[in-house]
Amino acid sequence: MSATTAETTPAKPTPPAKRGYLGMLWADKFATFAAIFLIIVVFCALFGPLLLGDAASGQNLRARNAAPFTLERGFLYILGGDALGRPLLPRIVVAAQNTIMVAAGAVAASFLIGATLGLIAGYSRKILSEVIMRLADVIMSFPSLLLAVIVLYILEPSVGNLIIVLAITRIPIYLRTTRAEVLEVRERMFVQAAQVMGASTFRIVFRHILPVILPTLVTIATLDFAFVMLAESALSFLGIGIQPPEITWGLMVSQGRQYLTSAWWLAFWPGLVIILTTMSLNLLSSWMRVALDPTQRWRLEIGGKNA
Amino acid sequence: MQRMIGKRAISSLISLFGLIVLVFFLSRLTGDPSALFLPVDASEEMRQNFRELHGLNDPVLVQFGHYLGDLVRGDFGDSLRKARPALDVVLEAFVWTLQLAVITMTLVTVAAIVVGSVAAFKVGTKFDRVASLLSLIGASAPDFWIAIVAIVLFSVNLGWVPTSGTGSVWHWILPIAVLFIRPFGLILQVVRGSMLTALGSPYVKTARAKGVKNRPIIFVHTLRNAMLPVITVIGDQAAALLNGAVVVETIFGFPGVGKLMIDSILQRDFNVILAAIMVTALAIFLMNLLIDLAYALLDPRIRT
Repeated sequence: MSATTAETTPAKPTPPAKRGYLGMLWADKFATFAAIFLIIVVFCALFGPLLLGDAASGQNLRARNAAPFTLERGFLYILGGDALGRPLLPRIVVAAQNTIMVAAGAVAASFLIGATLGLIAGYSRKILSEVIMRLADVIMSFPSLLLAVIVLYILEPSVGNLIIVLAITRIPIYLRTTRAEVLEVRERMFVQAAQVMGASTFRIVFRHILPVILPTLVTIATLDFAFVMLAESALSFLGIGIQPPEITWGLMVSQGRQYLTSAWWLAFWPGLVIILTTMSLNLLSSWMRVALDPTQRWRLEIGGKNA
Repeated sequence: MQRMIGKRAISSLISLFGLIVLVFFLSRLTGDPSALFLPVDASEEMRQNFRELHGLNDPVLVQFGHYLGDLVRGDFGDSLRKARPALDVVLEAFVWTLQLAVITMTLVTVAAIVVGSVAAFKVGTKFDRVASLLSLIGASAPDFWIAIVAIVLFSVNLGWVPTSGTGSVWHWILPIAVLFIRPFGLILQVVRGSMLTALGSPYVKTARAKGVKNRPIIFVHTLRNAMLPVITVIGDQAAALLNGAVVVETIFGFPGVGKLMIDSILQRDFNVILAAIMVTALAIFLMNLLIDLAYALLDPRIRT
């Protein structure tokens, strides 16, 4: 049903009351859950180490590989204890910081650089555009994880280097999308109007073109956040990402791997948190794709049932 | 078409050359292989001999010159670890990965197209929602986690399949199943979206009006038109499968090119790393070419 109505703007006999973004979010229960979960994760990332930092590194050797779902050692051990008797729940909360920081840093850096280069490539003369696109091709021509493995081994793994490597491998995504959108948008009437009115190139690109393509880029960035998180987790899991005593969720899975048969919860919980976070990001991204697009927003505004 | 292939080959060669230069020089910065390959109590003389033997004493630029010279003659150098031609080592491993990738991608493509088409045709039904949920979970799952959970569940607890290694058909099941999940989720989403658009287009309405049955509408009218974006994603995912292969091969002890690369990096086996990069890049180039041919096959407008 949505396919046939997607192309044509619906004739609305009585325009429904305008809803804000919050109202539209509330209408989509999955997206609401996703948003709430992500807010909790961000809260953990910001304040977790402050609140639970001591609890997460405090060892209790009698609680080594303690089983989950019992309250006899207190609430902090509800998800069990790790090989050194540290409670898993606070460790997951604390690990959120590194995990989110690496992903956010990489996404922000690749977004800024990629979008800027994409604007230049889309709105400038041929030679410059060609050079930028070929650079993107070089990065794209090779599997990103292998590239990251090679570079990280050479650069020594650390939070900063991890961000740089992941950012570099993701730049082409934003670059290509931005360029493709700019090429299309620059032919539209309002851009020509701005040119005729004598607006400077800078003004046209940043005040007229950028706002039109920004929603697409934000949607992609949300989706990409999930991808980068998975990539960081995989690298940490392989032992070339974040190094102990720093922790991330991927590293926790890797550390729990050797106790798989005796204490499955060591590797299970951090992995579950990764899956929940990436799933929330995916859900939120598909909600944003509709909510940020003025031609499709009505679907959410009229009730959200057929969105 | 031929001109396009030529152009693509040249630009791919340039990017490959850039990558080789980068890796060659950066990898020499990681340290001296003689410290890794000789015993701890090896004398300075032995170290010198080792470096001399493998040409590690020359200035890096000279080493690079030698390397390129050999490369032009088809000589990729020897593997330090195995004392055999690096290319042979890489090709042996590559065959394993190629088999893994081809089997997985075939299964993924068939499954995603069938499930995605049906989901699009029955949009809004329970089948569609379950398929969307599955694809969402698949696209979000960390493969290394799925792999170890699967090992605990199916190998350790149930004992249905071996935990790692190769040898029988049973060894292939878990690696393929784990590799299957993410591309299946992503391709399924694209198939569904693309089919929805195609099903809403005027020519489908015309076909319906003429009284064409459902099955020919899906398989004759829409599928072919909906395939173009799908093929793009299949190509991307086939290349990305190599990412997954690194993780999966490491966990399952599968002797493919992903595991070989990780091992060679850890052991500073430079020639193997470079040969593996070149073989992988060539494979990706050939696959992109195949994707372009598939485009031309499906869409007459591209055949020029």
